[in-house]
Amino acid sequence: MLRYLIPLVLFIVLAVFLAIGLTRDPHELKSVLINKPAPAFRVPQLKTPDKTISTEDMRGKVWLLNVWASWCVACREEHPWLIKYAQSGAVPIYGLNYKDRREDALAWLDELGDPYTASAVDLDGRIGIDYGVYGAPETYLIDQGGMIRLKHVGPITPDVWSGKILPVVQELNRQGASR
Amino acid sequence: MNRLRVLSILLICLLASVAIAQVQEEEIPSDDPVIEARLANLSKELRCLQCQNQTLADSPAGLAADLRREIRVQMKAGKSDKEIIAFLTQRYGDFILYKPRVTYTTYLLWFGPFVLLLGGLYLLFHYIKQRRDSITEKPLSADEHRRAEELLASLPGKETT
Repeated sequence: MLRYLIPLVLFIVLAVFLAIGLTRDPHELKSVLINKPAPAFRVPQLKTPDKTISTEDMRGKVWLLNVWASWCVACREEHPWLIKYAQSGAVPIYGLNYKDRREDALAWLDELGDPYTASAVDLDGRIGIDYGVYGAPETYLIDQGGMIRLKHVGPITPDVWSGKILPVVQELNRQGASR
Repeated sequence: MNRLRVLSILLICLLASVAIAQVQEEEIPSDDPVIEARLANLSKELRCLQCQNQTLADSPAGLAADLRREIRVQMKAGKSDKEIIAFLTQRYGDFILYKPRVTYTTYLLWFGPFVLLLGGLYLLFHYIKQRRDSITEKPLSADEHRRAEELLASLPGKETT
């Protein structure tokens, strides 16, 4: 009896593994930078190029870094949500304008609205390499101490916001307040 | 007139595709042939993360071009292949390597096939041994001999029916 059960058990184990595999998104890679310091940069701001923006300036606050570009189709999809969440004041959203033309980027913000407190300019994608960006939009959550706590690849949807990002933001703010 | 319309539609499509295409600087190969050879070698072992089934050498994606440029810069600065691989894995993880590293998470991947092979060999030999044992002829005892002869004698000519 047992010898007939063995192939069945093997089959079930294999089927379960394959079924789990099917539910996973092969494009979503685990970032190696989670709980590591956010790579430092100091670059001009998109709207006011005579001013710079740097990771140092963000010390002591929880913030989001959203990698976007005017050529990025999925960025357009998440944009209305970003505007809504920026207005909610839950967490400041900073942009990283990734491999874009300045005039295209400005026109894009003019047309669709600007959710960003400020946008850093990454003309040649070098900052993107430091952050392990492999496809815009990507969003990083960085804590008071400059550590990356979360990375989301792909557009931010209400599910992602309330299920993934907001809980961590609230947790970090709670920890920061009690410190 | 009709042809003109088709042409103009095609032209609009073309322009639209240019408009959404990523800003792409042209890739400038290094003037040092040694660097280019090293890059060609190294980038064959690295995965393009935008189009995951292509190597960094083959991929036309913007990110792949950026990474190739970065590798050129680092090679020019005298970094070894090992240092460059470390630089990339610190940012993109082991996934960027086509050949997975041997770590405790990849033991199954590296050694699983050999374990399966050994297990299969064990089962095969076990089975052969068992089969051989069950089909070896055992000599008949004197008693069995007599009974067999009796049976044969009691059925004369019957074996042909």
